[in-house]
Amino acid sequence: MNQPPQHFFDKPENTTKVLWIFHVLCVGLLVIDVFYHRHTMHAWEDLWGFYAFYGFVACVMLVLVAKQLRKLVMVGERYYSDG
Amino acid sequence: MDSLPPYAIFLIGALFIPAIGGRLRRVALLLIPLLSGANVINLEQGDDWQLLFLDYELIPVRVDELSLLFGYLFHLAALIAVIFSLHVRDTTQHVAGLVYAGSALGAVFAGDFITLFIFWELMAVSSAFLILSRRTDRATAAGLRYLLIQVLSGVMLLAGAVMRVQETGTLAFEFIGIGSSGGLLIFLAFGIKCAFPLAHNWLTDAYPEATPTGAVFLSAFTTKVAVYALARGFPGTEALIYIGAVMTCFPIFYAVIENDLRRVLAYSMINQIGFMVCGIGIGTALAVNGAVAHAFNDVLFKGLLMMSMGAVLHMTGRINGSELGGLYKSMPMTAGLCIVGAASISAFPLFSGFVSKSMIMVAVLQEGHPGVWLALLFASAGVFHHAGIKIPFFAFFAHDAGLRTSEPPNNMLLAMWIAGALCVFIGIYPWMLYELLPFEVVYTPYDATHVIAQLQLLFFSALAFTWLKLTNLYPPELRSVNLDAEWIYRKVLPDAVRGISRASVPLASALSDGVRGQMLVLGQTMYRHFGPQSTLVRTWLSARMVLWVAGLLGFYLFFYYS
Repeated sequence: MNQPPQHFFDKPENTTKVLWIFHVLCVGLLVIDVFYHRHTMHAWEDLWGFYAFYGFVACVMLVLVAKQLRKLVMVGERYYSDG
Repeated sequence: MDSLPPYAIFLIGALFIPAIGGRLRRVALLLIPLLSGANVINLEQGDDWQLLFLDYELIPVRVDELSLLFGYLFHLAALIAVIFSLHVRDTTQHVAGLVYAGSALGAVFAGDFITLFIFWELMAVSSAFLILSRRTDRATAAGLRYLLIQVLSGVMLLAGAVMRVQETGTLAFEFIGIGSSGGLLIFLAFGIKCAFPLAHNWLTDAYPEATPTGAVFLSAFTTKVAVYALARGFPGTEALIYIGAVMTCFPIFYAVIENDLRRVLAYSMINQIGFMVCGIGIGTALAVNGAVAHAFNDVLFKGLLMMSMGAVLHMTGRINGSELGGLYKSMPMTAGLCIVGAASISAFPLFSGFVSKSMIMVAVLQEGHPGVWLALLFASAGVFHHAGIKIPFFAFFAHDAGLRTSEPPNNMLLAMWIAGALCVFIGIYPWMLYELLPFEVVYTPYDATHVIAQLQLLFFSALAFTWLKLTNLYPPELRSVNLDAEWIYRKVLPDAVRGISRASVPLASALSDGVRGQMLVLGQTMYRHFGPQSTLVRTWLSARMVLWVAGLLGFYLFFYYS
């Protein structure tokens, strides 16, 4: 039998494993904020988990706004070449 | 001085390349950047060339910290791009690539506006061939639009330079500032090449249409010459802070919904240049160092990303996210190198983007621009999202599109390995780059605060991506065109011209029926005024003609500024 070779992400459980490790790292990065002294330059930076929350919210906003932008600017693939 | 001008070996080499073929040509292509590099390493600061031209002092070669840094960078970039394109059997592309690299070198070493203008235009023309060489209708049209806009930038530069000579009496290319009308015109000329907002579409239009190897050359030189020119002529110009902030933010929205992955990279290039422009606008030693260092790193990591996508296009013939996916199975090395580029552009600690972008971020906050800082932070999260994750994810992972291919030719892999190794090396050991910067560096990128803050930002940006993807909120890749500022000159204006010419057809036939007799009278009148004996055709003193031309120019300038 000539089975196509199995690759890492062909197994769904591998994807789940990677996501688990990733989520644990995220939690770790949030928790670590309590335990070290930060040299901040602006008051916002002193808020607990500022960078984490800002990054998350920024990206969700970015994608949701971009989706709305599609309604405004998306046209057919041959829009310019059809003249 | 004992050395040749920094651009000479590239330009002379380009002349001989068509005459040789086969293996010998490949050897020559490799030798040119290496020999030229050896020549530039021997240059010392102050090794300037000066000559007198019509009472004006020209400085065709000026060697100082800033020009040397870009000189080294462009040699690295040219070597990588040449290796990446060694397999190409197209004389036009080889010659265009060499002339383009040589003229970019000429531009950064130019000490006066005439020399700068000549290389500025030579860059425009030579680089256009890297787009035209794709030899498709789309690429030809995009290449001509590109050439038109680049030449316009050159014409504005020349006009600005002429006005500046009137204002200051010198052609020397030093600090300019936007205080005078000549300075403003030069600022706009640089701005076009730098892809300022509304003048940015030449980049997103043309680069994705270039050949797979041509895009690697293109991503290295044009915009970086513009960044160099801004750093030389307009450091500390406040407008640049806000222009830069806008440049970092708006392209990422387009990048998220764009399907052509090389166009995604073109938008992300504007985003990265935005950081540099912002740093130049801040103008402090830290900020300008950061801007220049980021330009250096950007050439390497954007080149690497462009090469990985070029390799994908070369091997599969496809570049749309909607048609790719699962390529990590057949191109694992390319995928890995793409991820190195993605980590670098996202400014992951230990990768090159981190050691330069953080300098700009700190400088922005130090100089009291918290609003701009928030915008740049938003853009930093966004760049990870669209360039750091989207590019590798949709090309190499995502759903398996069923494409089975192999790794690209060895020369392509080698070029990517060199760029990848440099990205990691600079990320781990940034001090070698720091030593080349124009100002002394008193900055340590690796302290706990910076590293953890950046990791938090990036990990939670990635978390947002996985969350949006798993909940199906993430917009799918769609085959489409997204309208941008170019809509004005690619749709509205051509449609208007077509409309006017269509409307004038019935008008013309009405004229020919009813007004033929009157046309005859008009013809006679015209003959009287414009014929051989008329006032307008008689020989006039040239002084009066100069007066007329000056008047016309003044008229044009008046309307230009009003």
